[in-house]
Amino acid sequence: MIGLDNATVRFGTRTIIDGLSFSVPVGRTMAILGPNGRGKTTTLKAMLGFQPLNAGRRIAPEIVGYVPQTGTGNQRYRGIDIAVMGRAAHLGLFGQPGSADFEIARSALERAGAARFADHYFDRLSGGERQLVLLARALATGSEALVLDEPAAALDLHNQERLLNLLNALRQPRDRAIVFTTHDPNHALTAADDALLMMPGGQPLFGPVSETITPEHLEHLYGVPMRVVELAGPSGETHRAVLPAFAGTRAA
Amino acid sequence: MTARRSRIARQTLVFAGLLALFAAAFVVSLCVGRFSVPAGRALELIWLGITDPTRELGAIDERIVLLVRAPRVVLAALAGAGLALSGAALQGVFRNPLVSPDILGISQGAAFGGALGIMLGIWGLPLIGMVFVSGLVALILVGMLSRVNGRTETVTVILCGLVVSSMFSAVVSLLQFVADPNTSLPAIVYWLMGSFATATWERTLIAAPGLIIGGVLLWMLRFRLNILSLDEAEAQSLGANTTRERWLVFGLIAVIVGSQVAVSGIIGWIGIVIPHAARLLVGHDHRALLPAAVVLGAGFMVIIDTLARTATAAEIPLGVITALVGAPIFAVLLRNHYRERHAS
Repeated sequence: MIGLDNATVRFGTRTIIDGLSFSVPVGRTMAILGPNGRGKTTTLKAMLGFQPLNAGRRIAPEIVGYVPQTGTGNQRYRGIDIAVMGRAAHLGLFGQPGSADFEIARSALERAGAARFADHYFDRLSGGERQLVLLARALATGSEALVLDEPAAALDLHNQERLLNLLNALRQPRDRAIVFTTHDPNHALTAADDALLMMPGGQPLFGPVSETITPEHLEHLYGVPMRVVELAGPSGETHRAVLPAFAGTRAA
Repeated sequence: MTARRSRIARQTLVFAGLLALFAAAFVVSLCVGRFSVPAGRALELIWLGITDPTRELGAIDERIVLLVRAPRVVLAALAGAGLALSGAALQGVFRNPLVSPDILGISQGAAFGGALGIMLGIWGLPLIGMVFVSGLVALILVGMLSRVNGRTETVTVILCGLVVSSMFSAVVSLLQFVADPNTSLPAIVYWLMGSFATATWERTLIAAPGLIIGGVLLWMLRFRLNILSLDEAEAQSLGANTTRERWLVFGLIAVIVGSQVAVSGIIGWIGIVIPHAARLLVGHDHRALLPAAVVLGAGFMVIIDTLARTATAAEIPLGVITALVGAPIFAVLLRNHYRERHAS
């Protein structure tokens, strides 16, 4: 389980998050949605323990699998060396990764779809490829909680779909709590059970996707008229999708 | 699989080459000098010295090899290894390839202790103790200055290191200004420029424990150094207590650099040039980088010291040669590094 209990964070006189409570139990996935500057990143950092809280408390296992957007780029490590770093917490200060740890790292690369980058230098990979290696590292920690910072932000449409499929594949066994931030409500519809909407006025909305991802809530969230439509997916079944109805938009 | 195998083969080759270079430098350094000794004879003498250390040393070549050159070569190798290792660890922890052990103020702090000791007429073990303690004091000062609101930022540590360094070097200049120009001034100046000329087995034994213990502990931290070389947030998410572990690394480096400065003065450039070269040879992973830096640093220091005592009739200060050799190498490395980065 990972979450926050009545958490408040202030930067100077500005209150970024105010009495925020939510929790993601093992087996569920939560998407954090909201425009820039409403505290998505602060919430994520608070969950990870990087952001000290002014009030309230953090609920999290000792080690959380964290997937940053890009990761440290200037050190030349191979993919497998990055993935095996996920074992650090199990090895202690003077510990060295053994063959069992490398085995875990290899299967984590496999699960993240990054096995082919094992012997590639991390700093030579593209942004999307790096992210998969970082995901493998987070999986190698063995943590029951997985937190991804804007995993789809730097990806083209094709890679967005691959990432969402991957998130769903990780979600399917229902054996971990997954949290990710995103700008696109469609990602929440596709790969999350719950959503946290960082509403204006500091009143976040937390609940199941079916109740939170609605045109009314999203209009309030983004300040843009939103429409939810039914689409036939590639295999015939229908999906819900969210579209902004920008004021200046005219159907071509 | 083949990529991994060829990489292991390449690393084995690199390490074999480095060890051969070091062994060659070691033997050559025992042989050359104003009194030259054939290589076979030098090795035979070393063997006799190891197997029968209590033996009476009669012949002149025995005394030169075993009492003058061997301790000097061993001390140079230990000092070079320690400086290179410290530089490699520090560059990893700071995530910055341009920092070196002098950046934390340790070298200048230690220099202050040494200069003060020499001026006060202190010699031997107490002098070494003073050097060591003042190096540690400089490090602690940096630590206290850079801690703002309970947090320590890496950039602040570098800036405070610069501040403390220049404070101590100003005081060293002041000491030189007031030192007796007939007695203590030359000793201070010569010591500040770095030299192994005064090496004896006794001095080697004084420096060895700090260099070896600090080095072994850093080596044991090699995987942790990989973690600490990541972004602060990433390293913490992987379970590292970054602030505390970074200071542990700094402390070990203070022990190594303090021990080295105490017996051989300030030797610049090794801590920055050698880790760079080692990184080009074996990559950034500290599990391979640290041993490569140790062997290369030891070999390079022995070669430099041999040059220092044989190139001219009088001995050239080490600091002069390391700068003359190190700076151009560094410039070339830097240019190659950026050319490669732009090409990729």
